Amino acid sequence: MQYLPQIIFLLAFSAAVLFFVKNVKQLRRNILLGKDVERKDKKQERFKKMMRVALGQSKMLTRPIAGFLHVIVYVGFVIINIEVLEIIIDGIAGTHRVFSFLGPVYNFLIGSFEILAFLVLLSVIIFWIRRNVMNIKRFLSKELKGWPKNDANYILYFEVVLMLLFLTMNAADYQLQLNEYQGYVEAGAYPISQFILPLIENMSNPSLVVLERSAWWAHIIGILIFLNYLYYSKHLHILLAFPNVYYSNLEQKGRFKNLASVTNEVKLMMDPNADPFAEFAEDDAEEIPEKFGASDVTDLNWFQLLSSYTCTECGRCTSECPANQTGKKLSPRKIMMDTRDRLEEVGLNLNKNKGEFQDDGKQLLDDYISREELWACTTCNACVEACPIGIDPLSIIMDMRQYLVMEQSAAPSELNNAMSNIENNAAPWPYNQQDRLKWAEEGV
Amino acid sequence: MSEQISVPTMAQYMAENKKPEVLFWVGCAGSFDDRAKKITKAFVKLLHKAGVDFAVLGAEEGCTGDPAKRAGNEFLFQMQAMTNIEVMNAYEIEKVVTACPHCFNTIKNEYPELGGNYQVMHHTQFLKSLLNEGRLKVEGGKYKGKRITFHDPCYLGRANDEYEAPRDLLRKLEVELVEMKSCKSRGLCCGAGGAQMFKDAEKGDKEVNIHRTEEALETKPDVVAAGCPFCNTMMSDGVKNKEKEDSIEVLDVAEMIANAEDL
Repeated sequence: MQYLPQIIFLLAFSAAVLFFVKNVKQLRRNILLGKDVERKDKKQERFKKMMRVALGQSKMLTRPIAGFLHVIVYVGFVIINIEVLEIIIDGIAGTHRVFSFLGPVYNFLIGSFEILAFLVLLSVIIFWIRRNVMNIKRFLSKELKGWPKNDANYILYFEVVLMLLFLTMNAADYQLQLNEYQGYVEAGAYPISQFILPLIENMSNPSLVVLERSAWWAHIIGILIFLNYLYYSKHLHILLAFPNVYYSNLEQKGRFKNLASVTNEVKLMMDPNADPFAEFAEDDAEEIPEKFGASDVTDLNWFQLLSSYTCTECGRCTSECPANQTGKKLSPRKIMMDTRDRLEEVGLNLNKNKGEFQDDGKQLLDDYISREELWACTTCNACVEACPIGIDPLSIIMDMRQYLVMEQSAAPSELNNAMSNIENNAAPWPYNQQDRLKWAEEGV
Repeated sequence: MSEQISVPTMAQYMAENKKPEVLFWVGCAGSFDDRAKKITKAFVKLLHKAGVDFAVLGAEEGCTGDPAKRAGNEFLFQMQAMTNIEVMNAYEIEKVVTACPHCFNTIKNEYPELGGNYQVMHHTQFLKSLLNEGRLKVEGGKYKGKRITFHDPCYLGRANDEYEAPRDLLRKLEVELVEMKSCKSRGLCCGAGGAQMFKDAEKGDKEVNIHRTEEALETKPDVVAAGCPFCNTMMSDGVKNKEKEDSIEVLDVAEMIANAEDL
């Protein structure tokens, strides 16, 4: 019977890890539904960027208040995980504070965890106030109504509860240490939880043990649940921010990709010696795409799909977007959220139909992202610049515009005029190309 | 002022078996738009003053394809691109300068993959290099001490990380450079990019150019400086909308230098 807690722990821990792995596999499968894109070159440069932008949070402080609080929560999260390692070892081995042999180092560690936990608690409370009390525009957008808003708050509640449990566990442990209760060797420093002692100092030792054990169990079970909540939440960014930055675009932001399939056709059209039937020659067959641009998530590339899962809906993109600032429907954040929601829908469809997608009569275009949103974009790259983790909503907008124009000829009519001008007289306005030098004739 | 500056074409140079130092890519706005033509002429004056041996393509120049590409028409873009590249490669062009950030971006970033490899400079970068080489002198003049705010063109700034060249030029004019609330990498678009110039805006609370003009007016400028013919149009319209056109000018950096020197 003495091994029962260890058995329960192992079962809970294994179940959590297995479920997590299952979700990660599904995530990977969904992301790989996207088309290929070359993002595996320049490994060193990518790694450096990941270290600077994801690990180093270099773009977070553009917004000083939110950025600073985020850095606290982030550092707290990363460092407090050392404590989780101890908890896991204790849980499996049936030990108690297995790292306590480190002596002064241990005291320093536990002390730091406590201070960080307190700062995280404070930051998370400020985050909650920012989201729910203060009228901060980027948290009030339409696309955050319902689940996204609740999701954001659930994450904050999770963190509050986890930090409180951690401090309660330490307080009870510390009190038991002071009481010199058996099994609770003196270890650790408790700069924060010492202030909880007045609330519990009159409790009996057995009650303190119950409190300490309950907090310990609730804390670790909470973490395991949180781990598995990630997949269903915008909070996935804590993991995906790293690969997303690594695989992000390294080119100048102004360089939009040239479609190779179009290049081939244009070359054929411009080459007077080309055989018009050659384009269907066998070795070219695979280069002719089934369609130009994107109308659904499977037309996007895997990096765009990875980004849709990575997006944590912070809204920095949307608040920098000129179209959004002037009341247009376009919100780059919504572009990412819609892409993710549609991808999830496609993923569930695959699950239900043994991996074969069954047409559900829906697509990303129109059912999620409207044409009005797509045409409101000025391609100014403000959203791309604003994203702290390298997401490029603009590339999705561009792919979808390509579908609208090249597959459906569905550009706004003024744009069709401009484009036919370009085609006929090589300028977006109806001026004769022969008159291009008239300004010089007018005299400089 | 009566001195006639000649604007040679590449065809003329070719006929004389000469090659210019740089091709001045004028762009559609610079060729046809009445407001932008003034920028073109101001820049030509500066090129002339600095003794730069330049030429233009004239009737052989065509839209770079930028608005077509950003509207989603990759076919039309590549048709334009390859036509232009064929022309430029035939003339063995090595260096291109343009006063339009859209042309600049497209030729610099999107043409190489299609066979067009040139050293491409925005006119503010080129003017700065002329200054550094001592070929052009810019000092104080008409705008000395005036409050100037520079509106970053998206396709020069964020798209190509060039924020300082235009500002360095303005500093040479000894102006009081004041920054808008959102500037440099966080600069707000004028509303013309992505082919928006050629269509009506979607439904919203206000036009982007009005919004940006309001940010510019907050700095209480004497001049709103621009580095793009489209931004220039948008900001000029914005200033007119606010009925400030009598007190606030919208000028290209090249125009300011030319004006300052009374060219």
